[in-house]
Amino acid sequence: MPSNEKNSNAPKKAIDLHVGEMVPGVAKKDPIIVAEGVKRSFGGLVAVDVEHLEIPRNAITALIGPNGAGKTTLFNLLSGFDKPDHGDWKFDGTNLSGIPAFKTAKLGQVRTFQLTKALGLLTVLENMKLGAKGQRGESFWVGPFKGLWNKQEQEIEEKARGLLQRFKLDAKEADFAAELSGGQRKLLEMARALMTDPTLVMLDEPMAGVNPALTQSLLDHILGLKESGMTVLFVEHDMHMVRHIADWVVVMAEGKIVAEGDPESVMKNPAVIDAYLGAHQDVDLGVVTGRIAAEDV
Amino acid sequence: MDIFGLLQNTLNWLIHPQTLAYALAALGLAVHFGYTGLLNMGVAGFMAIGAYGYAMSVLHLGLPWYLAMLVALVAAAIFALILGIPTLRLRADYLAIVTLAAAEVVRYLLTTTVFDEWTNSADGLAQYHDSFRGSNPLPEGTYGIWPWIYNEQGWWMRVFGILLVAGAAWWVWSLMRSPWGRVIKGIREDEDAVRALGKNVFGYKMQSLIFGGVLAALGGIVISLQSAVVPSFYQTNLTFMVWTALLLGGAATVFGPIVGSMLFWFVMSLLDYALPALANMGILPISNIQAGILRFIIVGVALMLLVIFRPQGLFGNKKELTFAK
Repeated sequence: MPSNEKNSNAPKKAIDLHVGEMVPGVAKKDPIIVAEGVKRSFGGLVAVDVEHLEIPRNAITALIGPNGAGKTTLFNLLSGFDKPDHGDWKFDGTNLSGIPAFKTAKLGQVRTFQLTKALGLLTVLENMKLGAKGQRGESFWVGPFKGLWNKQEQEIEEKARGLLQRFKLDAKEADFAAELSGGQRKLLEMARALMTDPTLVMLDEPMAGVNPALTQSLLDHILGLKESGMTVLFVEHDMHMVRHIADWVVVMAEGKIVAEGDPESVMKNPAVIDAYLGAHQDVDLGVVTGRIAAEDV
Repeated sequence: MDIFGLLQNTLNWLIHPQTLAYALAALGLAVHFGYTGLLNMGVAGFMAIGAYGYAMSVLHLGLPWYLAMLVALVAAAIFALILGIPTLRLRADYLAIVTLAAAEVVRYLLTTTVFDEWTNSADGLAQYHDSFRGSNPLPEGTYGIWPWIYNEQGWWMRVFGILLVAGAAWWVWSLMRSPWGRVIKGIREDEDAVRALGKNVFGYKMQSLIFGGVLAALGGIVISLQSAVVPSFYQTNLTFMVWTALLLGGAATVFGPIVGSMLFWFVMSLLDYALPALANMGILPISNIQAGILRFIIVGVALMLLVIFRPQGLFGNKKELTFAK
């Protein structure tokens, strides 16, 4: 990891990402995702209602907000796991709305899950190999003939071993994934996602349930993704992590984006303090989002 | 009791066309349930389509046996496609309900007199064997090693069935060690994880449903090679007996379904012979007819004990497949 001149421990932040004033929906110089009017409601509850959102390329963006703010729903929408009532979004210039999840992954946008989905009954190495794209042997007619896919399989295995080494899981490659600890499963899921050669990695609460000893290495891995040219978007509750590694922070509350900006300025933003840090607990959340008029406090 | 007759009868069942048909259907079910996690409760429907597709193609289209079999397999693939399109996006339980009902619909369509001209309704079809038997490469006569002594036609359908089972087993085994099998096993555990890695989960489940359905239809064809096809054979209990054979051997294995089918029919014929004999001798306090039905009760209890105490079957790996997760 290249170090910052002032402090060798602090990661190097990407700066100068936006154009104009730091307000919700601000335009980015080089956005990888541009979402427009995305709305998703469950019955009468509006879970996500985003007017405009741009995610900067080759930076780490944190999506934060209180429970029920619609972060995971937005995640599911962007990755094709859920369908919006209406709205469009583009990934790398390709319109993704209405595209099934497996196609968004093929385009280079890969995600992980809040509840880790390591496949417990496959070995660690098999989990990794599953991630590789464009495998000839995954065709029904080619599969039975090992000679037709064996060479590619060897290459995939080599790549998988390299990644496992980087994530310090190489000693576990023959174990069933079910035998790994919770934190190791998170690492495996992230490593497996990298097997798809993504351009955008979406991590849903990468720190949830990870023991403190593993936290630092997870953070380093996420920073490593940015260094190798990927874009990261993550949902997280851990403010330490957000401050430490995020280049850009988007704050959601009641399905809307209430603030965005670099971590320093966002943490000082009164809307964020109200909505997320809860300094004004007596004020209704709806006041912050503008849903209801503020009473005199 | 005639021990010699009992042995001959029981051992005969090891390579009986019905055993081979069960092995093929159970292999298909292993692909569905054991490897992909699809609960197919309509095995009998797939087998009926195989048997009737073959018999009707010979009788009404005048096709030679191999083309008639191909038509039957294509019909089974189309049946799988029709069942899969609405249900594979839903949870596994729905597929079970739909396949169970669809198999019964097939059976009623074959039983009804509306299509009497083509299906001969409840009486079924016969006299479609000339083409298949005419291609018999085996020498005439009755030969074999005790207890397996048959004439050339008896051997021809058994050899043909054994070759089909061997071919199907090879195809399943080689698919399951391939990257295709890896995707399928991933889907069995967590569809969303596989979807997130860019695999078309619906497409893979459909391939699995069609492949397993075609194997079950092959089983139906092998059964039809014996004498005739009648709709009453393809009742729901056929589905449950194939399930029993599968679970006996091990659902997520290749040899399990084959050995399970052999063991199933071995035990069934043993009980079929032994229980009435015991009743006749006065050892069992029941009538002859009651004794004939008792074997189904015993098999049912055995199935329950099996899934409770050995859910992975004889050959399975307990880690890989259990019913309680």
